Amino acid sequence: MFIRTAFAALIAVAGSAAVALDDPQTVLQDPMGSGMWNYHQKGLLGDPADIRFDDRVVLRAPDSAEDSLNVPLLVDATAIPDVKRIVISADYGPIPHILTYYPEQAEPKLALRFKIDQATAIRASVETQSGSWHIGSTYIDAAGGGCTAPANAYASDDWEEKLGEVHGRLWSASGRARLVVDHPMDTGLADGIPVFIIQDLSLQAEDGTPLARLELHEPVNEDPAFTFYFDAGALPASVKVKGRDNNGNRIRGVLSEGELN
Amino acid sequence: MLTRRTTLGLLASLPLAPRAFAQARLSYDLTAKPLADGIWMVEGATEYFSMENGGAIVNVTLMKGDSGLILFDTGSSRRYGEALASLARSLDIRGISAVVNTHHHPDHFFGNQVFADRPIHALGGTRQAALDEGEAFADNMYRLLGDWMRGTEVVPPSDVIAGGDLTLDGRDFLALPLGGHTGADLALMDRRTGTLVAGDLVFYNRAPTTPSADIPRWQQALEALQAEKPALVIPGHGPADPTGDSIIQTRDYLGWLDGTLRAGARSGLDMVELMETPLPDRFAGMGAQPQEYQRSVAHLFPGVEREELPRGN
Repeated sequence: MFIRTAFAALIAVAGSAAVALDDPQTVLQDPMGSGMWNYHQKGLLGDPADIRFDDRVVLRAPDSAEDSLNVPLLVDATAIPDVKRIVISADYGPIPHILTYYPEQAEPKLALRFKIDQATAIRASVETQSGSWHIGSTYIDAAGGGCTAPANAYASDDWEEKLGEVHGRLWSASGRARLVVDHPMDTGLADGIPVFIIQDLSLQAEDGTPLARLELHEPVNEDPAFTFYFDAGALPASVKVKGRDNNGNRIRGVLSEGELN
Repeated sequence: MLTRRTTLGLLASLPLAPRAFAQARLSYDLTAKPLADGIWMVEGATEYFSMENGGAIVNVTLMKGDSGLILFDTGSSRRYGEALASLARSLDIRGISAVVNTHHHPDHFFGNQVFADRPIHALGGTRQAALDEGEAFADNMYRLLGDWMRGTEVVPPSDVIAGGDLTLDGRDFLALPLGGHTGADLALMDRRTGTLVAGDLVFYNRAPTTPSADIPRWQQALEALQAEKPALVIPGHGPADPTGDSIIQTRDYLGWLDGTLRAGARSGLDMVELMETPLPDRFAGMGAQPQEYQRSVAHLFPGVEREELPRGN
């Protein structure tokens, strides 16, 4: 009896030693228990040593994705000081990296929509200026198929004319900038349709000073929609929108506190 | 020492066991509630689809015809259709003589399979939408309801009808071809009793659903229904209503929903922020809230936002 237990213990030790070769240098206890986090910690974040799960990084989203092509998510890292960037990702999905947000002069808080391929943990990994990482999580249930469906744009024949069309506005008193850009955001996973996505999108002051910057990846929804948050009164009267897609199309627009439709 | 008998005894005493057994039976307990002379309603739960309710969330109406019972909507699964067929035979030994589908949502026509040898009437747009979207609905229904759906196949309605005077199995109706809840919603007014089978154009004390909705068109349809001054409204979900309050409530809710989404878009709110907005008291107590409101934000907000936000280039 004792011998058998000892043998089992040995195997357990040997087993965990073998797994440890693939582990990140700082192994975390994943509150979502999703099984993929260790892998993304290395692959997406570059295996940082100074890293932890942190309840101060808040992800707000519905429990279940009603529309796999348009899942809303609000990431709030305003409780973390000196944020440099926020990497937003899905644990399970053909393309895990959704986007990276560089708040620059904005608050480390962003509302977005994305495509989901299956039920999965969603992460916001916040890096501070000093290089420490703070991870927030949530879980979203989904029927699936969001990343492999063709864009709705192709159901109409005028999508090319609308490409790069910008809708949006500033609300200076509440420090909000809302932006919707027309783009198919093709993931490359639908049959016969190559990757066609906006890669860079930024808000700039009139003199070109960067106010906030995004690097987008395939899972961002068709016609990407964002709310950026600033301190009340911190927004200039008008803000330039600048962006570029992977086919070299430029996105240009101006947001102001103008007339609503 | 654990013997087989003590192990079985332990298992039987687990709190989970009786529930698992009840679910394993998967039988719908349908009852027909008499509403007027020769009219019965099978009232659904005012909930969303779940493993517990098996999708029995829809109202089904039965009316006496010359050669049997006319059935309005067939429920969410083959098993539900079978339960309806046997319930109908307990009311009239001849069973179901004709079937109507008010619209193409799965809880209203997935029992069609059981009645496939009888005429199944619907608007042309409903038949087409059932052909186009039926399989995708079935995928989702199997995911939501699991074994309740066993053996269910999508059978679109067979006979296309238009608006105006309509006689089904000897009974006279006014057919109102409307839309707004979906692309094609049929409401039928029974000439004999003034009973309106409203389908999902009308919800009562249960939040309206909007996955295929066009709200302005829906509001027009509700106006048309009100103008018919029905003696009794049978909504698609929620209790039968002799007062007409169900139509007023549905109009009130849709107006509030549209106004809330537009006001949200006009103040720069994101979908998550809108979903977290508390509901007014008069809507918070409806069945399937706040989930249904949150689903509506997901369905409708991207379109509303595009209309409300100014162009930036």
